[in-house]
Amino acid sequence: MTRPLSFPYLALSAVAGLTFGAGLYISGMVNPLKVLRFLDFTAIPSGGWDPSLAFVMVPAVVVMFIAVRIGRRREKPLFASRFHEPEFTRIDAPLVLGSAIFGIGWGMSGICPGPAISLLAFWPQDLLIYLLALFVGSYGGSVIIPSGRDKRLAVAH
Amino acid sequence: MDTFTPLPATIGGLLIGLSAAMLWLGNGRIAGISGIFGQLLPPARTVAWRLVFLVALVAGTFAAASLFPALGNRPASLVGAPAWFAPGTAIWVGLSGILTGFGTKIGNGCTSGHGVCGLARLSKRSFVAVGVFFVVAILTVTLTGIV
Repeated sequence: MTRPLSFPYLALSAVAGLTFGAGLYISGMVNPLKVLRFLDFTAIPSGGWDPSLAFVMVPAVVVMFIAVRIGRRREKPLFASRFHEPEFTRIDAPLVLGSAIFGIGWGMSGICPGPAISLLAFWPQDLLIYLLALFVGSYGGSVIIPSGRDKRLAVAH
Repeated sequence: MDTFTPLPATIGGLLIGLSAAMLWLGNGRIAGISGIFGQLLPPARTVAWRLVFLVALVAGTFAAASLFPALGNRPASLVGAPAWFAPGTAIWVGLSGILTGFGTKIGNGCTSGHGVCGLARLSKRSFVAVGVFFVVAILTVTLTGIV
């Protein structure tokens, strides 16, 4: 039985959110221009390329990798009944197409969903337009592939 | 502050990894922001923790910016549309948001869900997703000339 409304569960969600938000600011990834300067590989020959994003990703993945290893030795997480690990493993068209479409959106602005939310702390012009559009796009995706996650999970079994 | 900043980047990355680790080992949840955000929509069953996480995400950014203003990571604005795009920045940013929302929904994840958590889980799907969205994003930056 999951207890998604229990105090420790929600408190941990809050602490994790605070930590994530602080990480996005300190790393500089909250700044779309800094992200774009990583994605701009044409700046490599001139020495103007900013590799910072890679220095964010690697330690983040390493820490999470250790957590996943620890989790594999445990039956369930501390405050919930199970690990919500995606079980669907097939490389399918929605995965590749969706990731490509996301890549276009990301490259156009340097904004991905995490920084988009955390930018609310600074309220820059046009952010609300982005967030509204993010919501609309996400809803559109769920309409085109209705409850796709559940159906494809069922296929995986 | 537009140059390479390896130390703050690494510290920030450790914090993001720590956040994902806490959410996983504590609540058994993947710290994928597009998923957390996208499932605020109906039929969303577990909205409470998602809202708490997202509000705290904003608060964490605000607090870190207040504590460490010298890092200079607070952007004055979003990046404007490239000069050739006549309709202007608002429309450009809106298009970027729609594509990102749609793509992360049908692709089941973004930079955090596939990028941080999926790679750490050694998920084949996430390795493919990350490879695709990085390459396409790099091509997009090159072709649009936005920087």
